Amino acid sequence: MIDLFTLPNVLAGLIVVALNGYVLLGGADFGGGVWDLLASGPRRDSQRALIAEAIGPIWEANHVWLIIVIVLLFTCFPPAFAALSITLHIPLTLMLIGIVLRGSAFTFRAHHGEDSTMPLYWGHIFAIASAVTPVFLGICLGAVASGAVPRTDRTDFYGGFIAPWLTPFCLAVGALTLTLFAFLAAVYLTVEARDIALQGDFRRRALAAAVAVLVAAGITLAVAMRSAPLVARGLTASVWALPLHVVTGLAALGAIGALWVRRYRVARLAAAAQVSLILWGWALGHYPYLVPPTVTIAEAAAPPLTLTLVLWALAGGALVLFPSLAYLFRVFKGQPDRKDPA
Amino acid sequence: MTDLLAARSQMAVSLGFHIIFAVVGIGMPLLMVVAEWRWRRSGDGIYLDLAHRWAKGTAILFAVGAVSGTVLSFELGLLWPGFMAHAGAIIGMPFSLEGFAFFTEAIFLGIYLYGWDRISPRAHLTAGVLVALSGALSGIFVVIANAWMNTPAGFDLVNGRLVNIDPLAAMRNPAAFSQTLHMTLAAYASTGFVVAGIHALALLRDQRNAFHRRALAVALLVGAPAALLQPLSGDLSARVVARWQPVKLAAMEGQFKTERGAPLRIGGWPDEAAGQTRYALEIPKGLSLLAFHDPGAEVKGLEAFPREDWPPVAPVHIAFQIMVGLGSFMALVAGWALALMVRRRDLRAHRWLLRAIGVAAPMGFICTEAGWIVTEVGRQPWVIHGVLRTADAVTPMPGLVIPFLTFTVLYCFLGVIVAWLLYLQVLRSPTHAEEEMPVSARPRELG
Repeated sequence: MIDLFTLPNVLAGLIVVALNGYVLLGGADFGGGVWDLLASGPRRDSQRALIAEAIGPIWEANHVWLIIVIVLLFTCFPPAFAALSITLHIPLTLMLIGIVLRGSAFTFRAHHGEDSTMPLYWGHIFAIASAVTPVFLGICLGAVASGAVPRTDRTDFYGGFIAPWLTPFCLAVGALTLTLFAFLAAVYLTVEARDIALQGDFRRRALAAAVAVLVAAGITLAVAMRSAPLVARGLTASVWALPLHVVTGLAALGAIGALWVRRYRVARLAAAAQVSLILWGWALGHYPYLVPPTVTIAEAAAPPLTLTLVLWALAGGALVLFPSLAYLFRVFKGQPDRKDPA
Repeated sequence: MTDLLAARSQMAVSLGFHIIFAVVGIGMPLLMVVAEWRWRRSGDGIYLDLAHRWAKGTAILFAVGAVSGTVLSFELGLLWPGFMAHAGAIIGMPFSLEGFAFFTEAIFLGIYLYGWDRISPRAHLTAGVLVALSGALSGIFVVIANAWMNTPAGFDLVNGRLVNIDPLAAMRNPAAFSQTLHMTLAAYASTGFVVAGIHALALLRDQRNAFHRRALAVALLVGAPAALLQPLSGDLSARVVARWQPVKLAAMEGQFKTERGAPLRIGGWPDEAAGQTRYALEIPKGLSLLAFHDPGAEVKGLEAFPREDWPPVAPVHIAFQIMVGLGSFMALVAGWALALMVRRRDLRAHRWLLRAIGVAAPMGFICTEAGWIVTEVGRQPWVIHGVLRTADAVTPMPGLVIPFLTFTVLYCFLGVIVAWLLYLQVLRSPTHAEEEMPVSARPRELG
């Protein structure tokens, strides 16, 4: 047990914690955009208004989790960051374009006067970018899991910069990421909706997304056996594998059951647990590698002094961050019945 | 276009775009907080209107700044993996701290923008103060990392590898203080002057508009002291460059020959092939005096360095001339305005001052861009001065001209939209305070 808690392992774990924060909070904001895209029925406009209101005050803070992930990665594991940046240049760039368009368009829509049709266009850009970005994030995570980074055996453009990520497995992980984000968003929105009809809309959407998650997860796992053997083996053969799958499955069933009986706060907790467990399963499947099959956590780690200082910075930062975050969510998510200030 | 040039261009476009939003993200929250504070103290509704408008502007600009900043943090690896593989462990520290400062800024900006009716007045004002503080702090941390690229410290170079890394010593690198001071002042001066300039021009058309008077006063309060102090901080920066990056100083000044009592050149066109700077106005011994505070000091010219270590001389020299020229003008205008303000004179009576402030409105941003050209192009051909060449840090990914063009088009598009929205939302849209004024007092409206 002792050598499990080495400094590099602890920091790698903290990167997954930050990624978990991004997935649960930032991911749900992307999922909100997906439901904006799929808004339909008699309450189409109220669905969109609820999504905008839920995302508005918090999306920028939620987005910072990604910055923390990337900064920790390049500070604590510089060679891994360099290798990922080279091989995954194209999907990362496409993800960034999605991030830029999503954030800008959302803000433009919020600050455009009512007197023109422009908010409509910004809404479309926001919604489409929200749906595309998670797919590329998933593709990148899938490429890491499948052991395609860094691609050294092929030096041609296709082999080095496209083949590593344009695979059925990576696309499956992209689809899984998208469905997970949409699922989270729909479940969160059932809690935030104020009238019963709107709640019902998002309950149905959450249940449909839960089914989509199961399908995408099944496909991903099936493809993984062939495409990401290392992570797949971790996910099936490790001592922690069976308990993890059982708990994840229970969380998934719990979320669906709670949605079914309209216990939305319970459903939110279960859905967050389910998604977190899937992420941790993905992460633990890599161990002891950071970028399988060549770069281990220990090999890629920065010198101990850097890691120690970053750990202190994280401790100090957390002291500022968590009370501030708690305050943010208490102000905007604590009293769903209060009037919209706008 | 070579891949190296495309990568450098993409970095330049990304940084040049982001810096505008970063600068406003530091300066604007201060304006907004000062306006809200004055409203809480005086009850004058115009200040509340200003706080609202500036908060709206901050919201738009912060969002674009946040996403373009994200692009930059990824581009460090996407374009310069060789740099990050070497430097990540050393300069990750200020970036980690910046991450938390940025987090704090984003959280409290959300609370500030959407929380007017949800939290107490005191809590709201405090949230604004925290936005202003954490915005300034995140800028400082990022500039510390950039200063390290100019004056690297906190490691030993052994066989081309950086060993015995000390991230805290790296943060205390020689240029850290002068660069962060210069950039922070630049943020307040640029933001203050652009806002002051807009309202000064409006006051010229309509002297009785109280809205523009209050706005001008708050903007000058933020911008003028910073612009006045900036030449002093520039002097400090130049002396740090003279000591640690003499080749950059030589390029900034168009100084080809090593000489004692070197002249200060104003304007001029450096001709790298001929090895001289033509058409410059030369002030004898001026450069030695400014760079080393000694008229007889020896200034190293470009000829003292191997040709392959020269930065592109003309862009660096010309950008430096633009920055110093426009910055000096801003400092003079700032001094003029402050001299009148401390004597409680009515600025509206001084129409030439209002015109000068109007002319100075875009100058802070031009200076900021020019200053970044000086520091970044002036550091070439190195990405880490004296340690790692830019050409050795670039990604092996081919076809980099495509992402370069993509981001250029994307940023041009966003720039136009942001300018348009700011015009609609911050400069034009009628609100309560304006409706109380005579029709003639309203800002110009488009049909």
